[in-house]
Amino acid sequence: MPTWVQLVYLACAVCFILALKGLSGPKTARTGNLVGAAAAVVAVIVPFVYLDLDHVPLMVAAIAVGTAGGVIGARKVQMTQMPQMVALFNGVGGGAAALVALLELHEMAPHSDDVSWFTLAATAFTILVGSISFAGSIITFAKLQELMTSRPVIFPGLPIVFGAAVVAAVVLGVLTVTGPTVTIGVVLGLLGLLIGVLLVLPVGGADVPIVISLLNAFTGLTVAAGGYVLSNIVLLVAGTLVGASGTYLTMLMARAMGRSVTNILFGALKGGSTLGAGVASDRPVRSAGPEDIAILLGYADRVIIVPGYGLAVAQAQHTLRELVDVLIARGTKVDYAIHPVAGRMPGHMNVLLAEAQVPYEQLVEMDEINGEFKHTDVVLVVGANDVVNPAAKTTPGAPIYGMPILNADEAEQIVFMKRSMRPGFAGIENELLFDPKTTLLFGDAKDSLGKLLNAVKAL
Amino acid sequence: MDEAVVWLTIFVLSVFVGIEVISKVSSTLHTPLMSGANAIHGIILLGAVLVTGTTDNDVALVVGLVAIVLAAVNMVGGFVVTDRMLQMFTRRKPKPAKSAASDGGAA
Repeated sequence: MPTWVQLVYLACAVCFILALKGLSGPKTARTGNLVGAAAAVVAVIVPFVYLDLDHVPLMVAAIAVGTAGGVIGARKVQMTQMPQMVALFNGVGGGAAALVALLELHEMAPHSDDVSWFTLAATAFTILVGSISFAGSIITFAKLQELMTSRPVIFPGLPIVFGAAVVAAVVLGVLTVTGPTVTIGVVLGLLGLLIGVLLVLPVGGADVPIVISLLNAFTGLTVAAGGYVLSNIVLLVAGTLVGASGTYLTMLMARAMGRSVTNILFGALKGGSTLGAGVASDRPVRSAGPEDIAILLGYADRVIIVPGYGLAVAQAQHTLRELVDVLIARGTKVDYAIHPVAGRMPGHMNVLLAEAQVPYEQLVEMDEINGEFKHTDVVLVVGANDVVNPAAKTTPGAPIYGMPILNADEAEQIVFMKRSMRPGFAGIENELLFDPKTTLLFGDAKDSLGKLLNAVKAL
Repeated sequence: MDEAVVWLTIFVLSVFVGIEVISKVSSTLHTPLMSGANAIHGIILLGAVLVTGTTDNDVALVVGLVAIVLAAVNMVGGFVVTDRMLQMFTRRKPKPAKSAASDGGAA
């Protein structure tokens, strides 16, 4: 490899470090992403320049197809569906890494005596973990897209099948080192797919984002191992960076939800969760029409909005912002309380409200606003549920127990805008709905907010 | 120094760098950061090009081309979707004068 190529690769590796650094600060995030993209493009062009590659037209066509698919997917996706898009992108990356390792195995198998055992082990790792990441991501995609139930899926004997698959994968990994053949590699890949499916099936819907982050870290490590096999420094550094930061980010996210990663992955298997049946409750609640709620809001001094995923699904962010603008014009102090995991992923709600051009200053993070609920006249909960569910504080054993919540229950009045009495994504009932201070406004969020807006304007 | 040890050294140092550079991220940026990191591992496209461009086996060529398509989706799609997310964070910096005209597009 010419020296200039090695130097370009070094520069690309540095750019990936700078990209991650940039992405973790609000001012530098966009630049960081562009730096990463530029480095990736340069790194991919380099082998076309210095190597005499075969099949160049076919490869360029394949890159064009993938690029078109990626761009169209990324541009068309609604911001509400973005988590599953990230899962899908992650999955195909893992799949690509597994295929690359299989091809390397195909190259190495005939003269495996010249190949170090460590290289073969790294190849086996890439095939296995890449397949796990691929299959696991597809299942997370299906769960978030609601192509399948978002509830934990468990069947009797799942732990045994899972354990057997892991043991078999380890055995095949050892066989790959001692006597590598492509057949072993293919079987290893298929086992990886099975393990990936079994790993994600028992995870409950609310925890899926953390699993996406974990699988993201898996793919990173896979790419790093692939880099070792191909003796390519860019793949090694970029993959390791993503693997390490992804693992750390997974732990940060889990902490923000008050969960441990082991609990998320294996909690349902231990039968420790007391998930409700997910059916609508028929206990009595107090509901009211838009006009009554408008009076509550219109004459309040302090209002806090708790937005949730339901708001975004109904595409009602703009109407909500108009309502808030009218209330502010009437002299009411209004803020949005943003739970760290509001939406489907940490930070998701900030993206969704930013899309509706809600001013940044009105978005207040949980820790800052939690003390203010007791001085608040009305809390308006729009399409949120789990993030204000007191069960997180009071019910040990509930799937969300230990998750920090917004103290909406401390306000004088709580208004829930809901489509139905169905429980939230975590699948548990919310006691706050039955609180005497609570009023419910049933209906589609956009529709109800529109009526509420007109009623407030008419006051 | 054994070559494998050199690679191991790079690996271990990269682990620490990877954790260090993101250690101060606020929860607001968790999603874009995850998405950006996701795009970076799309660099496996480089690996796919290296193995596909040196194979002389037809089956391997087809598998390699599939890997290239998948990796390109990961890399390009990942960076584009991250940029779309971040665009929304930065757009409010200049604080647009809440014009009703600019609302229509996003809805």
